[in-house]
Amino acid sequence: MPTINEKITEEIRAKAKELLESKEVAAFLGFCLGSLPMTTRPFVARSPEEADKLVWNSFCVLNPANYLPELLKSLEPPRGPRDPAPKGPLPKAAVLATGCWSRNISIQIKENQLDRERVVIVGVASRGKVDQRKVKARFPDQEILKIEEEDHKLTVSGQDFEEEINRWDVVRGNCLTCLHPDPVMLDIRIGEPGQERKNDSPFQQVNEIENKSTDKRWQWFQDEFASCIRCYACRNACPLCYCDTCFVDDSKPQWVDKSIDPVDTGLFHILRAYHCAGRCTDCGACESVCPMDINMRILTKKLSKDVMALYGSEAGMDPEAPLPLSTYKTDDPQDFILTESGAAKEGM
Amino acid sequence: MTNQTSWEPKIIAFLCTWCSYAGADLAGVSRFQYPPNIRIVKVPCSGRVSGNMILSALKSGADGVLISGCHPGDCHYISGNYFARRRFGLFSNLLDFVGIEPGRVSFSWISASEGEQFAEVVKTVTERVKKLGPATRLVKKLE
Ligand code: SF4
Ligand code: SF4
Ligand code: SF4
Ligand code: FES
Repeated sequence: MPTINEKITEEIRAKAKELLESKEVAAFLGFCLGSLPMTTRPFVARSPEEADKLVWNSFCVLNPANYLPELLKSLEPPRGPRDPAPKGPLPKAAVLATGCWSRNISIQIKENQLDRERVVIVGVASRGKVDQRKVKARFPDQEILKIEEEDHKLTVSGQDFEEEINRWDVVRGNCLTCLHPDPVMLDIRIGEPGQERKNDSPFQQVNEIENKSTDKRWQWFQDEFASCIRCYACRNACPLCYCDTCFVDDSKPQWVDKSIDPVDTGLFHILRAYHCAGRCTDCGACESVCPMDINMRILTKKLSKDVMALYGSEAGMDPEAPLPLSTYKTDDPQDFILTESGAAKEGM
Repeated sequence: MTNQTSWEPKIIAFLCTWCSYAGADLAGVSRFQYPPNIRIVKVPCSGRVSGNMILSALKSGADGVLISGCHPGDCHYISGNYFARRRFGLFSNLLDFVGIEPGRVSFSWISASEGEQFAEVVKTVTERVKKLGPATRLVKKLE
């Protein structure tokens, strides 16, 4: 019996072939196998033959939306910076999209990074992606050479061992708390639709930190980010981080110095997260690519919690609604404003 | 570093030119007394103030930061402060989350006619920062 992922892989390949053969799309953005166990790579199939390389498994952890705007640009006929846009419809690209990825695509459309007309969204409900850190942590001194996936278990093997583990036990943190595994927008569906999930405390981890004292929180922040090497992989993997010049690369003024001084690292992380406020879909790509196993996603999760609580909005869920920070209400909460909270008198 | 008793905090105040800056002016003209701890940076609108600017002030050694703009509805650019209010709300929560002491960074609405209120806000902010002591978090020390 083929597994769910094998069936989805077959369906993806067949669909990609069909779209590429009929020239409906010029490119199909998905994943192919990586060279190490538990890895996949973002992959663009440009011909029906290449479609056979596409795969779907629990290790497709990068967010394809990140590569989409650039891919579409690369499909346009070459032209100089001052040349007018070519007439007629431009080539399209198809892209795989789970719940969070589809929300990132919807945000990119809102932010004018993507032309909806040029994207064919191939929706797949996510069953949760596996965190390779969690798998590795179970085999601390052994090298994992192979991993075989069934619907609910993984068989991990190496030189002189073979062990079965429950898949859900090693699913990524963001997938564990995800409420919307099914795409919010799609043109073509692959596999079965996913169910909305229930979770009474999706922000459990955030709450735990909030409950600490200010000093303990500061200590936690220092410890969590101490090993960051400022490689910016977390930023580069994120579909929201498309700025031509990131604030970390500004030199006049230089907001953040190029060092791994804890202050610079701290500023980088606070501001990177802050720039994702109201836009982060908790896709987990940032965390999945960190070479130092830093849990930077907690900062964006905190922002998502507050955006929900203060402005009642969840990033990318409603493709029609404006993004929470590009709109306002005249009666938005403002207790934190000194002159509104009555605190202005307190020091007197 | 000066010792605790003679220590006076440095507070950077980002003031919107149309309201709070004019409010500061009025406070001066009207001879309202307020602590001399603030260093004013005039900005075109509270909507101009970014997280980058606030953290830069702390990084460069400010003990406190005050951001002040026009009252909601009074922004010279109609809605700059409404957008800013959403961003500031999230930002101040985020700073709190990573352990920056409440009171290091404050926000207020002060109009051009509120010279007295301006003086009061500066007093409050200065008191709060004095209570917290010199800033140590997110302050870059050059060795
Ligand atoms: S961290 Fe901020 S400035 Fe840098 S790319 Fe991301 S959104 Fe842009
Ligand atoms: S910040 Fe991380 S979790 Fe959020 S959208 Fe970007 S990559 Fe995904
Ligand atoms: S990916 Fe990890 S090590 Fe690299 S900059 Fe981000 S948090 Fe730091
Ligand atoms: S002009 Fe004062 S807040 Fe916009």
